[in-house]
Amino acid sequence: MSGTSIIFYLLAAMTIGCGVIAVSTRQIFRAAISLLFSLVGVAGIYFWMDYQFIAAVQIVVYVGGIVVLIIFSIFLTQQSGEKLPIQKLGRKLFSLLAVFCGFALTIVQIFQHTFTKTTAAPVGVTVRNIGEELIAMDKNGYALPFEVVSMLLLAALIGCIVIAMRTPSQPSPEETEIKRKEEIKVIIPKEEKVLIIQEETGGIE
Amino acid sequence: MTIEPGLYHLLFISTTLFFIGVYGFLTRRNLITMLMSIELILNSVNINFIAFNKYLWANRLDGVMFTVFVIAIAAAEAAVAIAIIINLYRSHQSIDVEKAEEMKY
Amino acid sequence: MPSAIIIALIPLLPLFTFLVLGLYGRKVFKNASGIIGTISLLISFVIAAYVAYGYFFNYGYIDLRGQFNLSHYEKLIPFKYTWLQFNERMSIDMGILLDPISVLMIVVVTFVSLMVHIFSLGYMKGEERYPTYFAFLSLFTFSMLGLVLSSNIFQIYIFWELVGVSSFLLIGFYYDRPSAVAAAKKAFIVTRFADLGFLIGILILSFYANTLDFNALIATFTSPTSPELHNAVVSSFLGVSALTWGLALVFMGGAGKSAMFPLHIWLPDAMEGPTPVSALIHAATMVVAGVFLVARLFPVFSLSAPAALNIVAYVGILSAFLAAIIACTQTDIKRVLAYSTMSQIGFMMFALGVSGYGGENGLGFTASMFHLFTHAMFKALLFLGAGVVIHFIHSNDMKDMGGLRKYLPVAHITFLIACLAIAGVPPFAGFFSKEEILLAAYNNNPTIFYIALITSGLTAFYMFRLYFSIFWNKSPDIHTDHHNNTSLVMNLPLILLAIGAALAGFIPFGNFVSSDGQPLESHFNPMFSVAPVTIGLVGIAIAWMLYKKQNNKPEKIANSLSSIYKTAYRKFYIDEIYLFITSKILFNLVARPAAWFDKNVVDGMVNASGSVTQVVSARIKKIQSGKVQQYAIYSLVGVIGLAILFIYLWK
Repeated sequence: MSGTSIIFYLLAAMTIGCGVIAVSTRQIFRAAISLLFSLVGVAGIYFWMDYQFIAAVQIVVYVGGIVVLIIFSIFLTQQSGEKLPIQKLGRKLFSLLAVFCGFALTIVQIFQHTFTKTTAAPVGVTVRNIGEELIAMDKNGYALPFEVVSMLLLAALIGCIVIAMRTPSQPSPEETEIKRKEEIKVIIPKEEKVLIIQEETGGIE
Repeated sequence: MTIEPGLYHLLFISTTLFFIGVYGFLTRRNLITMLMSIELILNSVNINFIAFNKYLWANRLDGVMFTVFVIAIAAAEAAVAIAIIINLYRSHQSIDVEKAEEMKY
Repeated sequence: MPSAIIIALIPLLPLFTFLVLGLYGRKVFKNASGIIGTISLLISFVIAAYVAYGYFFNYGYIDLRGQFNLSHYEKLIPFKYTWLQFNERMSIDMGILLDPISVLMIVVVTFVSLMVHIFSLGYMKGEERYPTYFAFLSLFTFSMLGLVLSSNIFQIYIFWELVGVSSFLLIGFYYDRPSAVAAAKKAFIVTRFADLGFLIGILILSFYANTLDFNALIATFTSPTSPELHNAVVSSFLGVSALTWGLALVFMGGAGKSAMFPLHIWLPDAMEGPTPVSALIHAATMVVAGVFLVARLFPVFSLSAPAALNIVAYVGILSAFLAAIIACTQTDIKRVLAYSTMSQIGFMMFALGVSGYGGENGLGFTASMFHLFTHAMFKALLFLGAGVVIHFIHSNDMKDMGGLRKYLPVAHITFLIACLAIAGVPPFAGFFSKEEILLAAYNNNPTIFYIALITSGLTAFYMFRLYFSIFWNKSPDIHTDHHNNTSLVMNLPLILLAIGAALAGFIPFGNFVSSDGQPLESHFNPMFSVAPVTIGLVGIAIAWMLYKKQNNKPEKIANSLSSIYKTAYRKFYIDEIYLFITSKILFNLVARPAAWFDKNVVDGMVNASGSVTQVVSARIKKIQSGKVQQYAIYSLVGVIGLAILFIYLWK
């Protein structure tokens, strides 16, 4: 059992374990942070495979961008305090069953298949090689997808701004907050018991 | 299967991560946590690409290219998804996905 | 031979008149429609007479003197259009067939129709639906002419139904009278029921002969060596050969149209229509369609299916006898004439039934056709005379009439001539034709002969009972007459028909019409005629005693034979039997379950498919819940399922 194997297994355990936490915890911040660690684990696996560039890109974009974005959106939608509602048990069991079936099927297929290696000489995965390939215009070049992705990013940028723009008919956050508090004032006397029950049963998670 | 990690181990990890993401997508009631599950799925796909590139096609860089593009696209998609979630939050005052069922019969 | 167009004009002119009067009569031609109808029919009659003259004296007679004395009247087909071809031999054609009986019939139909048209000019004057009446008369004339000129058995069926429709329209002409409406319905339903048998018969015959054309059908079924005839005779159902079934069913259709027992119930009720209509349709032309049909298929009947011919004979004589008895008791003059028609057609039928084929054996055929010809004359005359009387008295019942000979002299004399003709008194037409019928019966079937003899006596009796009750009997009690005498238009047809009834007997009919086309010499046997004439005169004498002067002898006789009298007066309760069968048995056992089945099972299935769809859709519409996660689960399960399917199960 060499060192690399141990490191590999540790990284795998971290990735998968944090993934499980991310999808099952009831507190949203814990989910976000577990996601962060899971993505860091994936980056670690890339480092272990000697694909440093990809690992770096992973950390910069995913961990430093997307997870931060998610945390911001959690703030914007004021979900930080309360516990998440749980799904019905029936749905959870059924999903578990379906997922397990799919997992079994895929694993069986993968392990029954013999993958043949190519016999050509390996090419070094350096930043220079990746960069040259990225903008190359010969048969192996990825110049076209590069341009297309840039257009996609432009469209995404514009799209986000447009969708997230507040139209005159939608109320501002302050107005929304005031309206919500008024609704709660009316509802609270009836729903006090309901809230208390939810607090009690929520402790299982 | 050997103790030394090889292609099969990586594929096992990526499959597991994929189906964890699927489970999370089907079970979570919150839109943001659903988005997190989608990110897990995308990451599993990336691991797959890199694994095949390293172990099967070491003479080319296609897997790496694909991974770069997938990461870029995932970022764009996450941004757009957050924008939609914010918009939905404004109209429903909640991001419970069970409440967004206007498209029913 | 004149071109087919000239011959085709004979039925087509009345059709054209029907269309013109039907579409434009009420708006444009109000008063002229009678004249238009009459003129078109006059032209038709002239063409028919011209064709008849040409056929009988010129081109119809194929003179083959040199060979085995085979000269005969040929069946000519001047026009044939193939309408619907089933296979090489069988097709529904529209064609014209000229042979002795069809040429005879076109003359009779156009002549009687012309007389009725002229009569109606006066009788129906002042009627509100005057143009409609003449349109219907033209439609009927077209249908009847088409029927007799048909060259294809399916074509005759088409025109058969058309004639039925025209009869329905004309019987129910006074549609505001419920009795007229009921009578029209009854006529149509009974004849339609008979036509069911006719259609099945057509199907059987055409199936075995593989052809629908009359000439081909008759040739196939009368040549002794044809395989089709063999097939038709050998295959049997319930012990009776298929050919006999086919012909018997065709005769059922004819029996319905000709009011033979037991399908006669519609004829007396059909008297609800206007009297000229009764003269045209229910005396002279439509009701002889059945006789015409049997005559058309006569070679097949007599050469290959004698059993069917026996049925024809017995049904004919039974109807004749029954009708004569009933007619002795009726008081409505039109009903007496209706039963008299039924009786005379029975005579025609059994004359065909006892006839053989070829030469002397075919006397019955000739006699039947001769009687058809003369009967048309004197029966139309009787009905038109009755029409004059009814027009004058405004009542149909004998009890309201009496002593009218002073007021209606022309009607009186012509009515007398017709009564003498129908009673078989020489030298009027009825004597010759009836005597030939009795001779044919005597030669072949003595039973029928004796019953026919008695029936002739009864005929004379009830006709003269009618005559004396109308024109003699009591003195008239009429308020000063509103129409002084009847007009020329109403008297002219009477005179013309009376001339026909008087003189038609002298035509040597056998020279023209016979069973196989060869001229048949009729031998006049004075010794034989003694019996019928004597019986006729006895009948007249009894009627003279009972009815010439008003007395109570008839009531005394009626009371002494009370039960028999009552049964005959009630028409042997046949109507009641029909009513019982239909309403108690058919309605309850057949119609009601069928209606229940239709409403609950058939409609139920359709409704069920609708409601099942609704219920199922209400249950499964929840699949579209609007929840994204559910959709995702469905697609995941679907993908896994498909993957398993393709990897493991469908290699």
